[in-house]
Amino acid sequence: MSILIYTENFEGKFKKSTFELASYGNEIAKRTGTEVVAITIGKVSIDALNELGKYGVQKVLVVKNSELNDFSVKAYSVAIEQAAKAVKAEVIIFGNNPSGRAIAPNISVKLNAGLAPGVVDLPSSIKPFTVRKKAYSGKVTVDFVISTDIKVLTLTQNSYKVIESETEISISNFDVNIPAGLYNAKPIKTVMNTGKLSVTDADVLVSGGRGLKGPENWKMVEEMAEILNAATCCSRPVSDLEWRPHHEHVGQTGKVVAPDLYIALGISGAVQHLAGVNGSKVIVAINTDADAPIFEAADYGIIGDVLDVVPKLNTALRQFKGK
Amino acid sequence: MKALVCIGHVPDTTSKIKFTNNNTKFDSTDIQYIIGPYEELALTRLLEIGGLHITVVNVGQKETETTLRKALAMGANDAVRVDAEPTDAMFVAKQIAEVFKIGNYDLVVTGKESIDYNGGQVDGMIAGFLDIDSVSGASKFEIINDKAVIEREIDGGREIIEAKFPFVTSAGKGFAHEPKIPNMRGIMMARRKKLKIMPAFEQEQATKTGTFYLPDAKPKCKMVQADNVQELVTLLHEEAKII
Ligand SMILES: Cc1cc2nc3c(=O)[nH]c(=O)nc-3n(C[C@H](O)[C@H](O)[C@H](O)COP(=O)(O)OP(=O)(O)OC[C@H]3O[C@@H](n4cnc5c(N)ncnc54)[C@H](O)[C@@H]3O)c2cc1C
Repeated sequence: MSILIYTENFEGKFKKSTFELASYGNEIAKRTGTEVVAITIGKVSIDALNELGKYGVQKVLVVKNSELNDFSVKAYSVAIEQAAKAVKAEVIIFGNNPSGRAIAPNISVKLNAGLAPGVVDLPSSIKPFTVRKKAYSGKVTVDFVISTDIKVLTLTQNSYKVIESETEISISNFDVNIPAGLYNAKPIKTVMNTGKLSVTDADVLVSGGRGLKGPENWKMVEEMAEILNAATCCSRPVSDLEWRPHHEHVGQTGKVVAPDLYIALGISGAVQHLAGVNGSKVIVAINTDADAPIFEAADYGIIGDVLDVVPKLNTALRQFKGK
Repeated sequence: MKALVCIGHVPDTTSKIKFTNNNTKFDSTDIQYIIGPYEELALTRLLEIGGLHITVVNVGQKETETTLRKALAMGANDAVRVDAEPTDAMFVAKQIAEVFKIGNYDLVVTGKESIDYNGGQVDGMIAGFLDIDSVSGASKFEIINDKAVIEREIDGGREIIEAKFPFVTSAGKGFAHEPKIPNMRGIMMARRKKLKIMPAFEQEQATKTGTFYLPDAKPKCKMVQADNVQELVTLLHEEAKII
């Protein structure tokens, strides 16, 4: 019996979210008296693999197969399914990110396993297996019960902390048997966003709304992001107006985020916006309108003109950070 | 070419969410139901591409037919309602996979996620049942000859995928620019279009929802004077311990 986690690597490296997965898996393993096994596909350095042991992973299965050089949901699912069977996985955990969201449902059908997508906390009970997830566009959370023998989860980023738990780790190759040309959907090109931290990886987000008046005023937003080591994002109208790129759009129809700190500049706080950001641990809002709904969601607020307050705040933050 | 578009029947995005039965059941009184916004984009894009026979499908009870009629008014050719309570994602996916097989479709498009349960899992499950590939969260979609070219967001960027039929894809932001609004003629025609009702196929329930929790009332927002930004920095450091 085991807990299997899919540790996706990004050009051979793991991200913080991978260690969140390992820590989360480790806690379930402790409660169920099983072990955490990680599966990784492709080339990862031995140092990076060993690092998984820091967070409680006992075994790593490294899969190398030319049929997996390109991402295909079908081919990747076959590989993970074979590993899950080999290690008798009872719980299989993915990150709730684009690839995890794509593979988990497929695996769930293949193994006749119930799937809980976007889990935000440890199981409140193992029997029956009950986890908490968001529902109704983040407006509520719900207890979600999986009744099948095998359970599949996708874990929401930044909802579980990284916990060190040094463990003896064994690393081995795992051979999978994948028929050639299994996929009918094949990536032909990948375009990475230039530069900085991505919206879903950042612990701090500085977000701009229509209150900033125009793209020419984003310098101060970027400056604040630079000081706080944050990523920039925006409300939907801002991306619709093409003031900012679409991948920065957060909210119900954009990215759903849960940073430690979310700073909303000139954002009214419409329900659809809040649905995507209300998982943030701390929300700061700056808005000229004292009645803007964003202040109901915020922890700290300033009533004022962003064009006037933000530069002053940047100076104070810079001083504080000693930058 | 034949496309199957899954249509969610979901509460309007501005709905105030309430529950009954000790917070275990969604309270649908005074709720306006709409086509899921992503499904609306999916249908819009396929109509823009043109030349496809489009069937819209929903797994649900009689009340979802108004939503299917709206999709017909937008321009879908016909509709199927699988007559069942959509108990969980696996059940819904199984129904759609069966409808797909019976109708010999080339393509299934779902929304990226339902805005009620926020699963984002039905597309992948349909692909699992049909043993075909899937592309989730598509932000652009073209059909070029006998292939589809699909763009989707990945962590930190985007990828362009070439897909051979048949496959499943789920529509996210960008799939179409603006949802198509049905015109009068569309609404009139929709009344005469075929809406077929099918009995459900068997599939065991794998998951269920228990108690719903509304967020705790947030403590009141602490206000800081606009001319005292230093205080905000101090609060974030000392009280929130976040910087
Ligand atoms: C189906 C659907 C889905 C949607 N999905 C999303 C989504 O995913 N994300 C999203 O963001 N929106 C979404 N929306 C749109 C949402 O309803 C709002 O229209 C949008 O969030 C408003 O963006 P905003 O706050 O930037 O602009 P506005 O609502 O125009 O607010 C601007 C704010 O700036 C303040 N302001 C103006 N000038 C200044 C100044 N100088 N200094 C400080 N403050 C100032 C104003 O008081 C106001 O509160 C969706 C809508 C629908 C119908």
